[in-house]
Amino acid sequence: MSAQLSQNMLLAVPLAPLVGAVVAGFFGKAVGRAGAHTATILGVLIAFAISVAVLFDVVAGARFNATIYEWMVLGSLKMEVGFLVDGLTAMMMVVVTFVSLMVHIYTIGYMKDDPGYQRFFCYISLFTFSMLMLVMSNNFLQLFFGWEAVGLVSYLLIGFWYKKPTAIFANMKAFLVNRVGDFGFILGIGLIVAYAGTLSYAETFARADELAKLGFPGTDWMLITVICICLFIGAMGKSAQFPLHVWLPDSMEGPTPISALIHAATMVTAGIFMVARMSPLFELSDTALNFILIIGSITALFMGFLGIIQTDIKRVVAYSTLSQLGYMTVALGVSAYSVAVFHLMTHAFFKALLFLAAGSVIIGMHHDQDIRNMGGLWKYMKITWITSLLGSLALIGTPLFSGFYSKDSIILAVHASQLPAAGWAYFAVVAGVFVTAFYSFRMYFLVFHGKENFRHKPFPGEHDDHVDDAHAHGGAHRDEHGDAPGDTHGDAHRDAHGGGQAHTPHESPAVVWLPLVLLAIPSVVIGYLTIGPMLHGDFFKDAIFVDAARHPAMQELGAMFHGAAAMATHALGTLPLWLAVGGVVTAYLFYMVMPSVPVAIGRALSPIVKLLENKYYLDWFNEHVLAAGTRLLGRGLWKGGDGFLIDGLLVNGSARLVGMVAGLSRLVQTGHVYWYALVMLLGVFGLLTWQLWPALAGLAGH
Amino acid sequence: MSFGPITLGHYLSLGGMLFALSVIGIYMNRRNLIVLLMAIELMLLAVNLNFVAFSHYLGDLGGQVFVFFILTVAAAESAIGLAILVVLFRNRSTINVEELDTLKG
Repeated sequence: MSAQLSQNMLLAVPLAPLVGAVVAGFFGKAVGRAGAHTATILGVLIAFAISVAVLFDVVAGARFNATIYEWMVLGSLKMEVGFLVDGLTAMMMVVVTFVSLMVHIYTIGYMKDDPGYQRFFCYISLFTFSMLMLVMSNNFLQLFFGWEAVGLVSYLLIGFWYKKPTAIFANMKAFLVNRVGDFGFILGIGLIVAYAGTLSYAETFARADELAKLGFPGTDWMLITVICICLFIGAMGKSAQFPLHVWLPDSMEGPTPISALIHAATMVTAGIFMVARMSPLFELSDTALNFILIIGSITALFMGFLGIIQTDIKRVVAYSTLSQLGYMTVALGVSAYSVAVFHLMTHAFFKALLFLAAGSVIIGMHHDQDIRNMGGLWKYMKITWITSLLGSLALIGTPLFSGFYSKDSIILAVHASQLPAAGWAYFAVVAGVFVTAFYSFRMYFLVFHGKENFRHKPFPGEHDDHVDDAHAHGGAHRDEHGDAPGDTHGDAHRDAHGGGQAHTPHESPAVVWLPLVLLAIPSVVIGYLTIGPMLHGDFFKDAIFVDAARHPAMQELGAMFHGAAAMATHALGTLPLWLAVGGVVTAYLFYMVMPSVPVAIGRALSPIVKLLENKYYLDWFNEHVLAAGTRLLGRGLWKGGDGFLIDGLLVNGSARLVGMVAGLSRLVQTGHVYWYALVMLLGVFGLLTWQLWPALAGLAGH
Repeated sequence: MSFGPITLGHYLSLGGMLFALSVIGIYMNRRNLIVLLMAIELMLLAVNLNFVAFSHYLGDLGGQVFVFFILTVAAAESAIGLAILVVLFRNRSTINVEELDTLKG
């Protein structure tokens, strides 16, 4: 293990998936399905292997910060491609490549019968390339490139089944809401270029103290506060914080592998990563940190509430993701950047696991995603069941599981913070523990235990994934049920979609459950193993900067930490653990023992249920006020501005004006010679008078 | 009744009036092209009168010499003008100025 990181090795990390994407994308027909998935998996595998090697080197002390390629120089502003590799980057590289590898393998099974197989592999490899460029970047321009590229690939993947109108609506929504965030982000980057004169991280951080003294011209605000809030707005869009979270539940229209990869483990964490990377800037502005804290805590709690009433299995996990992203944001707000990034890592593993397990359940249920139609699946899908249970236990913060270490660290950090909003944030994250446990185990009990509803489905309805769907079973499946050739399920299948009867689910193939097992392992152990060095050690020493005097939360956390095992045993007496247990017990009572109770509560609290079902009316507001208002504005500018002003007055109006003047001028041309002679005479008379006037005037006064 | 001696001013006024009359004649003429040519001749006459008056009252013979030039030019010009008139009549069969407006814009 050398102490120096080789540039070529680092370059291979993003480029290998890119090559895979090019092969699968441009040569998809030529290489066929097997060629496409082999090329892309090989690319991501190489990237993963190198990332692990890099991680070991970084732990041994190696660092890298250099320009790979200078693209453009504008005066004194350098635009370049460069890599910055330290603890934070290395961790992100490993997480991204590992989850991507798992998703690539899983996709072989999940998208087996989809006509767009090669296209899908191309996109997920392209995503891996973009995300790696984002995390390995050493300057704002490359960060923004990666940012936009992951947004683009997310758009392409959400609308993967592009013939489905809901998918197209969802991908436009995701892209447009992300755009709002990107607008703030680019304003932040613009301010940095204007005031620090550079795009490079290192130089910006070096000038951070000078920037902290400047005010934003024309207002009372500090410049650094404005910069940080603008950058955070970008994070709000990408990491789906309130109110720019609205795109994430809709993004579940995309196939499950991408929900796991993009909307749980990697893309949505880009905002968290960015804020952690910019810690030297954020530490200088308490206002920005407070803002982050408030937004994060609102997201953490209120998105959790929405998860309670969802009936689509993917949507439960989506709202869970939103809530956990809120937790990470809260950690950022209290200056516990390493805790936020630590939760990012543990969450990536168990959330990807939960999504992929949900996908496995969906395959088993023949693409029915309604949890009310499930139940008792533990008998039939053993591996999916066990891994789901492990993932859920990790999510709710069971001691010794990875989620416990990261979540409890966040709660302790918030408790130790002195910021004005910390009191409300503490309430939000603690209450969120109960809510998280409740909705997680509601989903777990309804899906894996209880009555086997798939035999006589109470809510048959349309199946969401059915247009151009993927099927892990043999026969291709078309919308016109029952008449597709090669449909190996014959009559039973036909009945499933007509009368709500299905045949028994069975475990998914190995390519599907193997990633589940491989993700379950870190979901259980990674927290215990890495909390010491990551949070209270030197792992993030030069990557994350904390101003301990003003923001003592991390320091207090360090003082309280006596090792991972001790933390687990100590937790037994604390409130969050009992809230989590309470959540599980309540879910068990409500959905296994007394199913009439939640129904009764729902009826009693029906206005609140209505509010939750309409997602706090935010979607209504966006569609009927913002979108409609924008369309109205567009119409007004088109008809009034373009049509009337520009076409009517300026273009046609000037033509009409020329016509009118010409119409008047032509009256001089009478065609009569005597008229011309007279005009000539008058003209000469006038010219002479004008020229000789001074002389004439003098003569008159004589 | 005594009006005083005839001065230069009287002659100049006469010339001016003749000139003005001819300009009006050009403009007010609606029918005859020959009247237009006559009006032009009258204009030249008015100018000649001015020259001669100046020559007499200022004692400079140059004015009268210049009148010769003008007379010559006037003669040549009216010859050409009448020739054009004849050709015009041959082509247009009219010398009514009102009808000659093909250049109308």
